[in-house]
Amino acid sequence: MNQVGFPVLSLITWLPLVGVGVILCVRGDEETVASNARWTALWTSLIVLAVSLVLWADWDPRNPGFQFVENVPWLPEFGVGYRMGVDGISVLFVLLSTLLTPICILASWDTITRYVREYMIAFLILETMMVGMFCALDFIIFYIFFEGVLIPMFLIIGVWGGPRRVYSAFKFFLYTLTGSVLLLIGLIGMWIYAGTTDIPTLLHTRFPVGMQTWLFLAFFASFAVKVPMWPVHTWLPDAHVEAPTAGSVILAGVLLKMGGYGFIRFSFQMLPQASAELAPLMFTLSVVAVVYTAYVALAQEDMKKLIAYSSVAHMGIVTIGIFTFNVQGMQGALFTMLSHGIVSAALFLIVGVIYDRLHTREISRYGGLADNMPLYAFAFMVFALASVGLPGTSGFIGEFLVTIGALHVNFWLALLGGMGLILGPMYTLYLYRRVIFGRLTKLDLRSMRDLTPREVAIFAPLLVITIWMGAYPTSFSRFWDATVSDMIAQHRQAMAAPPAPAVQLARFVR
Amino acid sequence: MNWQIALPEIVLSVLGMAILIYGVLRKTAQAQTVTMLCIGALLITGFLEVTRAGGVGYNGQYVVDAFAVLVKELVLVGAAGTLILSLDYNRRQGIARFEFPVLILFATVGMMGMASASNLIVLYLTLELQSLCSYVLAASARDELRSAEAGLKYFVLSSLASGLLLYGISLAYGFSGTMDFRVLAGLLASPASASAGAIVGVVFILVGLAFKIAAAPFHMWTPDVYEGAPTPVTAFFATAPKIAAMALFLRTMAEPFGHLLGSWRLLIEIISVCSMILGALAAIGQSNIKRLLAYSSIGHMGYALIGLAAGGPIGMRGVLIYLITYIFMALGTFGCVLAMRRRGAFVERIEDLSGLARTDPALALAFAVFMFSMAGIPPLSGFFAKLYVFLAAVQQQMWVLAVIGVLTSVISSFYYLRIVKVIYFDPTAPAFDPKSNGVAFVATVSGLFTLFFLVFSGPFVGWAGTAAAALFG
Repeated sequence: MNQVGFPVLSLITWLPLVGVGVILCVRGDEETVASNARWTALWTSLIVLAVSLVLWADWDPRNPGFQFVENVPWLPEFGVGYRMGVDGISVLFVLLSTLLTPICILASWDTITRYVREYMIAFLILETMMVGMFCALDFIIFYIFFEGVLIPMFLIIGVWGGPRRVYSAFKFFLYTLTGSVLLLIGLIGMWIYAGTTDIPTLLHTRFPVGMQTWLFLAFFASFAVKVPMWPVHTWLPDAHVEAPTAGSVILAGVLLKMGGYGFIRFSFQMLPQASAELAPLMFTLSVVAVVYTAYVALAQEDMKKLIAYSSVAHMGIVTIGIFTFNVQGMQGALFTMLSHGIVSAALFLIVGVIYDRLHTREISRYGGLADNMPLYAFAFMVFALASVGLPGTSGFIGEFLVTIGALHVNFWLALLGGMGLILGPMYTLYLYRRVIFGRLTKLDLRSMRDLTPREVAIFAPLLVITIWMGAYPTSFSRFWDATVSDMIAQHRQAMAAPPAPAVQLARFVR
Repeated sequence: MNWQIALPEIVLSVLGMAILIYGVLRKTAQAQTVTMLCIGALLITGFLEVTRAGGVGYNGQYVVDAFAVLVKELVLVGAAGTLILSLDYNRRQGIARFEFPVLILFATVGMMGMASASNLIVLYLTLELQSLCSYVLAASARDELRSAEAGLKYFVLSSLASGLLLYGISLAYGFSGTMDFRVLAGLLASPASASAGAIVGVVFILVGLAFKIAAAPFHMWTPDVYEGAPTPVTAFFATAPKIAAMALFLRTMAEPFGHLLGSWRLLIEIISVCSMILGALAAIGQSNIKRLLAYSSIGHMGYALIGLAAGGPIGMRGVLIYLITYIFMALGTFGCVLAMRRRGAFVERIEDLSGLARTDPALALAFAVFMFSMAGIPPLSGFFAKLYVFLAAVQQQMWVLAVIGVLTSVISSFYYLRIVKVIYFDPTAPAFDPKSNGVAFVATVSGLFTLFFLVFSGPFVGWAGTAAAALFG
């Protein structure tokens, strides 16, 4: 058994489904059902959050390997098992997921009025899928969660989304599915080669170089769509614009991180040679994403779309960091992902606040909100500055580290990647100016209320974490310090060692 | 002579005849009662099936191994599920005749024989017993033009396939001098020893069987028959006969012609690719759900054939797992289709499902589960079905086939999603009439199986593995 003596990861993963069961049992008229569903979902997700804090408290920062491990045989003759565990890479994403879910449920409290019960069920199932994906130590389990996310997300966008929700939901689903099925073929190839689906074993399996390249491309098809990297990012703006606020929060906060996590866990760790070989490709696409999407964001009239494009740019910085193959770059990538998970989620919530009041996301409809919504303006400012990477906020640490990491690789890479630090403020501050500053001329804006207590409760934890991450990053980086150093050392070792000989794939361990 | 080897089939035939006589003598006999009796007969047979010992009988013409038992159980599940589904439909449509369940019973006898056939003549006779019953079933709504057309079309095209099959059998016999699977396997042990005539015979047999499982390019009858036949009959066609024909396909390709894998693999690959592509593309434009499911079933057979093309115990196991999950998905989907009844009349257009999530959340959920499962999205059973056939394909290094397979599965997910979209995203249409108990039962059981397959997939995968190994024993 693991260090806490009970299967904490399974508990976090499956507890939301208990909430689903409870919600399904609720009977009564529509209003009662809706209210009960909301409270049940909120309490379930809060309990899950509380349980997940065990990971924070009992984390052993000196152990670079997997912690809180569980292992139950499932299909032993195939080498498939129900294995759960987290290491420094995944643990904070688990916490991010459990943190954002109650926030999403709170954010949807009044805005979702149709099919409330189904909505809450979808979010709890989504939480199970997200947490399970980051905890899975068996890639069949991983894949089940990874793709299972599509079902609730498809329904969330399609049922509760905006006017073009059907188009966006289909685009989201088909884009992601196309990538995922190729990932599946790659995973099956690995499975047959190694005879097991155990991720810790696969991390130490050396695949022949030719095979690595193909596997890398198969994984790339999936993770690049999920991240998303240019040029397969086009589903993201559509999905964000049409998704309900909470859907965007999960999409930006956690779903994009699945791609980054996949790149680290599968491409980087399992395929060192192919990663090194194809790193220039990753760099090129990432730099294009950073520069190009920044300009695209500048031209947006829709707030959500603007933030969606900024997500693509931020994730470009992440992919640069991952493929620098040094400690700073990897740490920076992880930090950027975490920070982006908090900050972009918060920005979508920020947009949601005024969308709830005025039912438009068009930037030009706003202006001068600082006058009558000071609290709102303050929260928006903190998150906007964190998004552009102001020192002292969470965004700075990550981008700074990635730039250092990139400098070790190539000056031009660092320069172009670092453009994000310049272009980011351009569109973000431009957005902030147009919405918050200026004169409050529009009549309907005058009557808008400032943040309600519920909204304050949503933003307060995110705000605290944003500042905390910027001011004292060690309390977060302590989780992955050991793992990252170990990973980079292993990568160097794998690159130095003679490559594994090419073998026929025909052997199959029963 | 070990005649007990066919005891369940004999029992089922005798019971079928007894029920038939009961129906004829009791003019007032309710079709309901007869159907119940038939379900009882199927249950008894199913029980006999698991308790009997395996072996070979009737001079090696009839074999009972783990493979046969698995297939027979699936066939019995399909037949019983169809009978339950037919109860309400036939009564409402005024086609509740006592012959209907009895015909399904005899078709089941034929299908059970197909799973055990170890001789080309037995293969042909059992296949014809099943087909003959099916023609009548397709036309069972005899006052309806579409049903009559379906019956006739099925009869003509299926006869053609039977003719091809018979021609292939005669060629194989003529060039090898035997009908027995084991002797054939010995004679065709190496591709060099097989004469060109025998190989041509194999091709004809293969085409005939491809007709029966409705794989492209031999699928032409499927959409019309599926659309025209009464819905429970369509459900029947989509499940039991498909399973049985596929089993026959597997056994024929694995046992007598297994050593010629190199000669027929390419054909199976082509049929598989054609079926997957056709199933993915042709269904997109359909507005009738039964027609859509017809194309979808063509696609599913394409995926199952990937396993056959991969060959060996692992490939066959993939096919069997596919069939296990498919039969429940198909039964459940047709159960949902049979719940589509508005103001007393059955409707079958996709738009009729509009906004079902509001009017009947349970049915909407069941529909969504089946659609996502058919699209192969985890954690539903359809994903595992695809996983194991792709596993077999990759293991044989058939990368192209595997990649075409996953890409067509993405394309086909479009039309499955379209149904989910109509159910969940579109404005609400008037509610359906209340579901009958039989329909609710079948849909619930199949839905639970599809949803929770991942939890108990271990035993099923093991069972399929044993069954597949028996083919190569």
